[in-house]
Amino acid sequence: MIVAKQKPLEEIIDYISDIDSILILGCNECVTVCEAGGSKEVSVLASSLRMYFMNQGKQVRIDEKTLERQCDHEYLEEIRNIVDNYKAIVSLACGIGVQFLSEKYQTMPIYPGVNTCFLGATEDRGFWTERCQACGQCILAQTGGICPVARCAKRLLNGPCGGSTDGKCEINPELDCAWQLIINRLKALGKLDEYETLAPIKDWSPDRAGGPRKVVREDLQT
Amino acid sequence: MRLSYPTDIRIIRVPCTGKVDLVHILHAFEKGADGVCVIGCLEGDCRFKTGNLQAKKRVRQAQVILDAVGVNGQRARMYNLSSGEGPKFAQFAQEIDKIVRDLGPNPIKKALTKKAA
Repeated sequence: MIVAKQKPLEEIIDYISDIDSILILGCNECVTVCEAGGSKEVSVLASSLRMYFMNQGKQVRIDEKTLERQCDHEYLEEIRNIVDNYKAIVSLACGIGVQFLSEKYQTMPIYPGVNTCFLGATEDRGFWTERCQACGQCILAQTGGICPVARCAKRLLNGPCGGSTDGKCEINPELDCAWQLIINRLKALGKLDEYETLAPIKDWSPDRAGGPRKVVREDLQT
Repeated sequence: MRLSYPTDIRIIRVPCTGKVDLVHILHAFEKGADGVCVIGCLEGDCRFKTGNLQAKKRVRQAQVILDAVGVNGQRARMYNLSSGEGPKFAQFAQEIDKIVRDLGPNPIKKALTKKAA
Protein backbone atom coordinates (compact mmCIF):
# COMPACT_ATOMS: atom_id res chain seq x y z
CA MET A 1 0.00 0.00 0.00
CA ILE A 2 0.93 3.65 -0.21
CA VAL A 3 2.28 4.80 3.14
CA ALA A 4 1.72 8.39 4.18
CA LYS A 5 2.38 10.46 7.27
CA GLN A 6 0.31 13.34 8.58
CA LYS A 7 1.68 16.80 8.02
CA PRO A 8 2.31 18.91 11.12
CA LEU A 9 -0.82 20.81 12.16
CA GLU A 10 1.05 24.11 11.92
CA GLU A 11 1.79 23.51 8.22
CA ILE A 12 -1.86 22.77 7.43
CA ILE A 13 -2.97 25.85 9.40
CA ASP A 14 -0.52 27.89 7.37
CA TYR A 15 -2.19 26.81 4.10
CA ILE A 16 -5.72 27.59 5.18
CA SER A 17 -5.42 30.43 7.67
CA ASP A 18 -7.28 32.91 5.43
CA ILE A 19 -10.07 30.61 4.29
CA ASP A 20 -13.48 30.56 5.96
CA SER A 21 -15.06 27.32 4.69
CA ILE A 22 -13.03 24.17 4.36
CA LEU A 23 -13.78 20.54 3.62
CA ILE A 24 -11.46 17.94 5.17
CA LEU A 25 -11.58 15.01 2.77
CA GLY A 26 -10.30 11.58 3.80
CA CYS A 27 -9.75 8.40 1.84
CA ASN A 28 -10.81 4.90 2.88
CA GLU A 29 -7.93 3.10 1.23
CA CYS A 30 -4.17 3.04 1.96
CA VAL A 31 -4.10 6.16 4.15
CA THR A 32 -6.76 4.63 6.38
CA VAL A 33 -4.64 1.52 6.89
CA CYS A 34 -1.55 3.57 7.71
CA GLU A 35 -3.67 5.77 10.01
CA ALA A 36 -2.83 9.01 8.27
CA GLY A 37 -5.96 10.01 6.36
CA GLY A 38 -8.97 7.83 7.15
CA SER A 39 -12.24 8.98 8.70
CA LYS A 40 -10.77 8.94 12.19
CA GLU A 41 -7.87 11.17 11.20
CA VAL A 42 -10.31 13.43 9.35
CA SER A 43 -12.31 13.86 12.60
CA VAL A 44 -9.18 14.57 14.63
CA LEU A 45 -7.86 17.13 12.14
CA ALA A 46 -11.25 18.81 11.72
CA SER A 47 -11.74 19.05 15.48
CA SER A 48 -8.22 20.43 15.96
CA LEU A 49 -8.71 23.05 13.25
CA ARG A 50 -12.13 24.09 14.58
CA MET A 51 -10.59 24.62 18.01
CA TYR A 52 -7.69 26.55 16.53
CA PHE A 53 -9.91 28.94 14.59
CA MET A 54 -12.38 29.36 17.47
CA ASN A 55 -9.45 30.23 19.69
CA GLN A 56 -8.35 32.81 17.13
CA GLY A 57 -11.83 34.34 17.23
CA LYS A 58 -12.49 33.37 13.60
CA GLN A 59 -15.71 31.81 12.36
CA VAL A 60 -14.59 29.08 10.00
CA ARG A 61 -16.77 26.29 8.70
CA ILE A 62 -14.89 23.00 8.74
CA ASP A 63 -16.73 19.91 7.52
CA GLU A 64 -15.64 16.29 7.28
CA LYS A 65 -16.09 13.68 4.61
CA THR A 66 -14.30 10.49 3.69
CA LEU A 67 -14.52 8.93 0.24
CA GLU A 68 -14.05 5.29 -0.64
CA ARG A 69 -11.08 6.32 -2.80
CA GLN A 70 -9.73 9.58 -4.17
CA CYS A 71 -7.99 7.99 -7.14
CA ASP A 72 -11.15 7.09 -9.08
CA HIS A 73 -13.50 9.42 -10.95
CA GLU A 74 -16.65 7.72 -9.66
CA TYR A 75 -15.84 8.36 -5.99
CA LEU A 76 -14.63 11.91 -6.56
CA GLU A 77 -17.96 12.62 -8.27
CA GLU A 78 -19.67 12.06 -4.90
CA ILE A 79 -18.65 15.52 -3.74
CA ARG A 80 -19.72 17.29 -6.94
CA ASN A 81 -22.93 18.58 -5.30
CA ILE A 82 -21.32 19.90 -2.15
CA VAL A 83 -18.00 21.19 -3.41
CA ASP A 84 -19.34 24.70 -4.06
CA ASN A 85 -20.12 25.09 -0.35
CA TYR A 86 -16.40 25.36 0.37
CA LYS A 87 -13.54 27.66 -0.54
CA ALA A 88 -10.83 25.00 -0.13
CA ILE A 89 -10.37 21.29 0.40
CA VAL A 90 -7.70 19.68 2.57
CA SER A 91 -7.22 16.17 1.21
CA LEU A 92 -5.81 13.52 3.51
CA ALA A 93 -5.33 11.13 0.59
CA CYS A 94 -1.93 10.39 -0.92
CA GLY A 95 -0.45 12.68 -3.55
CA ILE A 96 -2.45 10.85 -6.20
CA GLY A 97 -5.75 11.78 -4.56
CA VAL A 98 -4.70 15.40 -4.13
CA GLN A 99 -3.75 15.67 -7.80
CA PHE A 100 -6.82 13.87 -9.08
CA LEU A 101 -9.02 16.18 -7.02
CA SER A 102 -7.17 19.22 -8.37
CA GLU A 103 -7.68 18.04 -11.95
CA LYS A 104 -11.35 17.37 -11.40
CA TYR A 105 -12.22 20.57 -9.53
CA GLN A 106 -10.15 23.11 -11.43
CA THR A 107 -11.19 26.25 -9.54
CA MET A 108 -11.06 24.76 -6.05
CA PRO A 109 -7.81 25.10 -4.07
CA ILE A 110 -6.77 21.63 -2.84
CA TYR A 111 -4.19 21.32 -0.07
CA PRO A 112 -2.40 18.14 1.01
CA GLY A 113 -2.84 17.08 4.63
CA VAL A 114 -0.32 14.24 4.51
CA ASN A 115 3.17 13.61 3.21
CA THR A 116 3.13 10.60 0.88
CA CYS A 117 6.16 8.51 1.83
CA PHE A 118 6.53 5.18 -0.01
CA LEU A 119 5.06 1.84 -1.10
CA GLY A 120 5.38 -0.33 1.95
CA ALA A 121 4.10 -2.90 4.38
CA THR A 122 2.79 -2.73 7.95
CA GLU A 123 5.45 -4.41 10.09
CA ASP A 124 3.56 -3.68 13.27
CA ARG A 125 0.97 -1.18 14.46
CA GLY A 126 2.54 2.22 13.87
CA PHE A 127 5.54 0.82 11.99
CA TRP A 128 5.78 0.73 8.19
CA THR A 129 8.71 -0.08 5.95
CA GLU A 130 9.41 0.39 2.26
CA ARG A 131 9.13 -2.65 0.01
CA CYS A 132 8.73 -1.43 -3.56
CA GLN A 133 9.93 1.47 -5.68
CA ALA A 134 7.60 0.75 -8.60
CA CYS A 135 10.58 0.48 -10.97
CA GLY A 136 8.32 -0.99 -13.65
CA GLN A 137 10.26 -4.20 -14.27
CA CYS A 138 10.06 -6.63 -11.38
CA ILE A 139 13.13 -8.73 -10.67
CA LEU A 140 11.84 -10.48 -7.53
CA ALA A 141 11.86 -13.86 -9.32
CA GLN A 142 15.65 -13.70 -9.49
CA THR A 143 16.28 -12.31 -6.02
CA GLY A 144 14.38 -14.72 -3.80
CA GLY A 145 11.39 -12.41 -3.41
CA ILE A 146 13.43 -9.62 -1.79
CA CYS A 147 13.88 -6.44 -3.76
CA PRO A 148 17.37 -4.96 -3.99
CA VAL A 149 15.97 -1.93 -5.84
CA ALA A 150 13.80 -0.89 -2.91
CA ARG A 151 15.77 -2.31 -0.02
CA CYS A 152 19.44 -1.89 -0.95
CA ALA A 153 20.57 1.69 -0.39
CA LYS A 154 22.68 1.47 -3.57
CA ARG A 155 20.12 -0.49 -5.61
CA LEU A 156 22.83 -3.07 -6.39
CA LEU A 157 21.74 -5.96 -8.59
CA ASN A 158 24.70 -8.36 -8.24
CA GLY A 159 25.41 -9.05 -4.60
CA PRO A 160 26.25 -6.80 -1.66
CA CYS A 161 28.75 -3.96 -1.61
CA GLY A 162 31.77 -3.86 0.68
CA GLY A 163 29.79 -1.97 3.30
CA SER A 164 27.68 -4.97 4.31
CA THR A 165 28.71 -5.98 7.85
CA ASP A 166 27.12 -8.72 9.94
CA GLY A 167 24.08 -8.60 7.71
CA LYS A 168 23.59 -4.87 8.21
CA CYS A 169 23.88 -1.95 5.82
CA GLU A 170 26.69 0.58 6.16
CA ILE A 171 24.33 3.55 6.00
CA ASN A 172 22.49 2.48 9.14
CA PRO A 173 23.39 -0.32 11.55
CA GLU A 174 19.70 -1.03 12.12
CA LEU A 175 19.02 -1.54 8.43
CA ASP A 176 19.24 -5.09 7.07
CA CYS A 177 21.53 -5.57 4.09
CA ALA A 178 19.08 -6.50 1.30
CA TRP A 179 21.65 -8.78 -0.29
CA GLN A 180 22.23 -10.62 2.99
CA LEU A 181 18.46 -11.20 3.11
CA ILE A 182 18.49 -12.38 -0.50
CA ILE A 183 21.33 -14.84 0.16
CA ASN A 184 19.59 -16.17 3.29
CA ARG A 185 16.36 -16.63 1.36
CA LEU A 186 18.04 -18.32 -1.63
CA LYS A 187 19.75 -20.65 0.85
CA ALA A 188 16.41 -21.49 2.47
CA LEU A 189 14.94 -22.17 -0.97
CA GLY A 190 17.91 -24.39 -1.88
CA LYS A 191 18.64 -22.10 -4.83
CA LEU A 192 21.92 -20.58 -3.75
CA ASP A 193 23.47 -21.53 -7.10
CA GLU A 194 21.21 -18.88 -8.68
CA TYR A 195 23.11 -16.26 -6.72
CA GLU A 196 26.02 -16.73 -9.08
CA THR A 197 23.97 -15.92 -12.16
CA LEU A 198 24.89 -12.42 -13.23
CA ALA A 199 21.98 -10.03 -13.53
CA PRO A 200 22.11 -8.21 -16.86
CA ILE A 201 22.07 -4.44 -16.97
CA LYS A 202 18.60 -3.45 -15.82
CA ASP A 203 16.37 -1.59 -18.21
CA TRP A 204 15.51 1.55 -16.26
CA SER A 205 13.29 2.99 -18.98
CA PRO A 206 10.09 1.68 -17.29
CA ASP A 207 11.30 3.47 -14.12
CA ARG A 208 11.18 7.27 -13.78
CA ALA A 209 13.92 7.73 -16.37
CA GLY A 210 11.32 8.06 -19.11
CA GLY A 211 9.28 10.69 -17.23
CA PRO A 212 5.75 10.12 -15.88
CA ARG A 213 4.54 6.65 -16.77
CA LYS A 214 1.32 5.19 -18.13
CA VAL A 215 -0.26 1.76 -18.17
CA VAL A 216 -2.68 1.32 -21.05
CA ARG A 217 -4.81 -1.80 -21.42
CA GLU A 218 -6.81 -1.50 -24.59
CA ASP A 219 -8.60 -4.76 -23.85
CA LEU A 220 -10.14 -3.14 -20.77
CA GLN A 221 -10.92 0.24 -22.23
CA THR A 222 -14.46 1.11 -23.21
CA MET B 1 -16.27 6.08 52.61
CA ARG B 2 -18.32 9.25 52.06
CA LEU B 3 -15.42 10.96 50.37
CA SER B 4 -15.99 14.31 48.78
CA TYR B 5 -14.60 15.52 45.50
CA PRO B 6 -15.33 18.59 43.35
CA THR B 7 -18.91 18.64 42.14
CA ASP B 8 -18.16 20.07 38.72
CA ILE B 9 -16.65 16.83 37.46
CA ARG B 10 -18.87 14.84 35.15
CA ILE B 11 -18.14 11.13 35.02
CA ILE B 12 -18.44 9.30 31.71
CA ARG B 13 -18.21 5.55 32.16
CA VAL B 14 -16.42 3.44 29.55
CA PRO B 15 -15.81 -0.32 29.56
CA CYS B 16 -12.05 0.27 29.49
CA THR B 17 -9.92 3.39 29.00
CA GLY B 18 -8.79 1.69 25.77
CA LYS B 19 -12.23 2.71 24.44
CA VAL B 20 -11.35 6.39 24.84
CA ASP B 21 -10.25 7.64 21.46
CA LEU B 22 -8.25 10.76 20.69
CA VAL B 23 -11.26 12.26 18.97
CA HIS B 24 -13.44 11.79 22.09
CA ILE B 25 -10.98 13.86 24.13
CA LEU B 26 -10.77 16.55 21.43
CA HIS B 27 -14.55 16.73 21.02
CA ALA B 28 -14.91 17.32 24.77
CA PHE B 29 -12.65 20.37 24.50
CA GLU B 30 -14.33 21.51 21.30
CA LYS B 31 -17.64 21.51 23.17
CA GLY B 32 -16.14 23.63 25.93
CA ALA B 33 -14.85 21.24 28.61
CA ASP B 34 -12.22 22.93 30.78
CA GLY B 35 -10.34 19.70 31.37
CA VAL B 36 -10.50 16.00 30.60
CA CYS B 37 -9.05 13.42 32.91
CA VAL B 38 -8.89 9.79 31.87
CA ILE B 39 -8.71 7.45 34.85
CA GLY B 40 -7.72 3.88 34.06
CA CYS B 41 -6.66 0.77 35.90
CA LEU B 42 -3.12 0.43 37.15
CA GLU B 43 -0.55 -0.17 34.44
CA GLY B 44 -0.08 -3.90 33.95
CA ASP B 45 -3.52 -4.60 35.44
CA CYS B 46 -5.64 -4.01 32.34
CA ARG B 47 -8.29 -6.68 31.86
CA PHE B 48 -7.86 -6.17 28.12
CA LYS B 49 -4.06 -6.21 28.43
CA THR B 50 -3.08 -2.79 27.04
CA GLY B 51 -6.21 -0.60 27.11
CA ASN B 52 -4.84 1.78 29.74
CA LEU B 53 -1.46 2.02 28.00
CA GLN B 54 -3.18 2.93 24.74
CA ALA B 55 -5.26 5.52 26.57
CA LYS B 56 -2.07 7.02 27.98
CA LYS B 57 -0.69 7.44 24.45
CA ARG B 58 -3.92 9.01 23.25
CA VAL B 59 -3.89 11.49 26.13
CA ARG B 60 -0.35 12.40 25.11
CA GLN B 61 -1.46 12.87 21.48
CA ALA B 62 -4.31 15.07 22.71
CA GLN B 63 -1.88 17.16 24.79
CA VAL B 64 0.29 17.81 21.72
CA ILE B 65 -2.71 18.84 19.62
CA LEU B 66 -4.19 21.01 22.38
CA ASP B 67 -0.88 22.83 22.75
CA ALA B 68 -0.75 23.37 18.98
CA VAL B 69 -4.26 24.85 18.83
CA GLY B 70 -3.73 27.13 21.81
CA VAL B 71 -5.71 25.20 24.44
CA ASN B 72 -3.17 24.24 27.08
CA GLY B 73 -2.30 20.51 26.82
CA GLN B 74 -2.13 20.31 30.62
CA ARG B 75 -5.92 20.29 30.60
CA ALA B 76 -5.83 16.64 29.50
CA ARG B 77 -4.49 14.20 32.09
CA MET B 78 -4.22 10.46 32.58
CA TYR B 79 -4.36 8.83 36.00
CA ASN B 80 -4.24 5.21 37.10
CA LEU B 81 -5.79 3.53 40.12
CA SER B 82 -7.36 0.24 41.11
CA SER B 83 -11.11 -0.06 41.58
CA GLY B 84 -10.61 -0.34 45.36
CA GLU B 85 -8.86 3.01 45.67
CA GLY B 86 -11.71 5.42 46.37
CA PRO B 87 -9.57 7.92 48.27
CA LYS B 88 -7.15 8.06 45.36
CA PHE B 89 -10.01 8.82 42.97
CA ALA B 90 -11.07 11.71 45.18
CA GLN B 91 -7.46 12.91 45.29
CA PHE B 92 -7.11 12.79 41.48
CA ALA B 93 -10.43 14.59 41.09
CA GLN B 94 -9.20 17.36 43.39
CA GLU B 95 -5.89 17.49 41.53
CA ILE B 96 -7.39 17.91 38.06
CA ASP B 97 -9.87 20.41 39.48
CA LYS B 98 -7.01 22.49 40.86
CA ILE B 99 -4.99 22.26 37.64
CA VAL B 100 -7.96 23.41 35.58
CA ARG B 101 -8.90 26.20 37.99
CA ASP B 102 -5.31 27.48 37.91
CA LEU B 103 -5.36 27.46 34.11
CA GLY B 104 -8.72 29.22 33.94
CA PRO B 105 -11.61 28.46 31.58
CA ASN B 106 -11.13 26.74 28.25
CA PRO B 107 -10.63 29.56 25.68
CA ILE B 108 -12.88 27.69 23.25
CA LYS B 109 -15.78 28.22 25.65
CA LYS B 110 -15.51 31.98 25.19
CA ALA B 111 -15.79 31.55 21.42
CA LEU B 112 -18.78 29.22 21.86
CA THR B 113 -20.55 31.69 24.16
CA LYS B 114 -19.91 34.51 21.70
CA LYS B 115 -21.25 32.40 18.84
CA ALA B 116 -24.40 31.53 20.78
CA ALA B 117 -25.05 35.17 21.70
